Amino acid sequence: MIEVKDISRSYGEKVILDEISLSIPKGKITSLIGSNGAGKSTLLSIISRLLKQNGGTVLLDSRDIEAYKTRILARHLSILKQANHVDLKLTVRELVSFGRFPYSEGRLTAADEEKVDQAIRYLNLSEVAGEYMDELSGGQKQRAFLAMVVAQDTDYILLDEPLNNLDMKHAVQIMKTLRKLCDEKGKTIVMVLHDINFASQYSDFIVALKDSRVAFFDAVDNVIVPEVLQNVFDMEFKIVETDGKKICNYY
Amino acid sequence: MKKSSTSIALLVTFTLLVAAVFLFYDLTGNREYVLERRGYKLAALLLVAWSIGYSSLVFQTLTGNRILTPSIMGFEAVYLLFQTLIVFLYGDKTFRVLTESHNFGWSVLMMLGFAVLIYLFVFRREKNNLYFLLLTGLILGTLFTTLSSFVQMLLDPNEFSLVEARIFATFNKMNTGLLGYAAGAGGLMLILALKYHKYLDVLALGREQAINLGVNYKRVVLVFLFIISVLVSVSTALVGPITFFGILVTNLTYELFKTYRHSVLLPACGLISCITLVAGQFLVERMFNMTTTISILINFIGGVYFLYILLTAKKL
Repeated sequence: MIEVKDISRSYGEKVILDEISLSIPKGKITSLIGSNGAGKSTLLSIISRLLKQNGGTVLLDSRDIEAYKTRILARHLSILKQANHVDLKLTVRELVSFGRFPYSEGRLTAADEEKVDQAIRYLNLSEVAGEYMDELSGGQKQRAFLAMVVAQDTDYILLDEPLNNLDMKHAVQIMKTLRKLCDEKGKTIVMVLHDINFASQYSDFIVALKDSRVAFFDAVDNVIVPEVLQNVFDMEFKIVETDGKKICNYY
Repeated sequence: MKKSSTSIALLVTFTLLVAAVFLFYDLTGNREYVLERRGYKLAALLLVAWSIGYSSLVFQTLTGNRILTPSIMGFEAVYLLFQTLIVFLYGDKTFRVLTESHNFGWSVLMMLGFAVLIYLFVFRREKNNLYFLLLTGLILGTLFTTLSSFVQMLLDPNEFSLVEARIFATFNKMNTGLLGYAAGAGGLMLILALKYHKYLDVLALGREQAINLGVNYKRVVLVFLFIISVLVSVSTALVGPITFFGILVTNLTYELFKTYRHSVLLPACGLISCITLVAGQFLVERMFNMTTTISILINFIGGVYFLYILLTAKKL
């Protein structure tokens, strides 16, 4: 379980996160939503130790993440940020192999190679495994990075806007893969999402941030209701139900 | 992998060939004496070439930028200012007051001290940002260069010629006694670096990926910056400002070896540096009959190549 305790962060005078506390359930998909500048990415960066908080602690399985050796932590928790441009001459397979670095530090064992192959198959990248990253489409690139995270084989996976710049087909593909990772492999996934409908379709829990604080944190069905969303985003919402799934109409 | 090891072997052969030509071409007169002189010079060339090639490549990996060299941190500006100031203070008595080896020692200390100061300044303020570090170095470097130019204006022509002899890189007036110290420092850094080489490939993916993959980013970057600082300071104090050369050799390396693996790139870049520098010095001595210096040759070729990169590169 990831426990966030009294996390604060400010840039100069501006307070981004104000004593946030959360317990993110294990083995579920939790989405962070909120308007731009609400602190979603900042919170995710702090949980993943990319950014230092001004106050508070993050506990991973009841232990402060700062108490972990960084190499050991990388076997429990992985983070994928939205901007992933690589200028290196790197094939997909080579990129995915980097996922094993926390275990083998660059010298892949046969077991590592097997994990890499599995990850590539898991994301249907076998056909392009030998191609260079800069020759791939946006959707393939994002899948390649996700394959790296799968190869890293951590219990916790954090994603910052994994659907950024993807068309609908690829976005759905990615979300289905994440759902599969959660359901089949028991991974805990925490992600920042902008599209409320993707959040509603694929998550188990939703954290809504507003004005540097947690406005709502509940199971998805309790958050996707007009009153709550209107409060979070300050705009009109209409919610339609089809096949037992809720779709938000805010256009 | 197979292909790159044959290419490396080819580069080694070529380096040996160039070195042999440099040593034995037109060997007349007192052979022993000439060979000894050339041997020292060759050793210095190889040492400086390897240091600059290595530090430029690592620096570009850390910054994720292929047109930077460590000179952006302002090492050479510190060296220039120091050389100008001692001549300004002591005038033509400079080299009676300060021996070559003391000058070498102080120059290295000044440059290292400067580097450590800006690292402390930047990393202690929790800015934690490599680009902020570069910017600080760049601005201070510009300040020092301008100050040096100003002081040089105040010097009389005789004194200025003393400074001038030190602001262009040259292997001709090098003090061979210092070579041992420089080689020792370089060797120590290489031993220190060995333990950290495995992180370079991951560092090339950028800060966030490196941290995600369990690299202690801050510590590893500081270790590499320290190694780079020592190598660059020692080379600069030994022969003068020469880091521009780094852009030329690193980009040649990327062009010839299309890989991200530092286990290939590092030796390749070192060898290419050696070939370029030894061949360049040979040309300066034999073809141009010393009418030009290696700095000018490097800056000319490097400059043209730099423009070529700028004009043809899609992204940097």
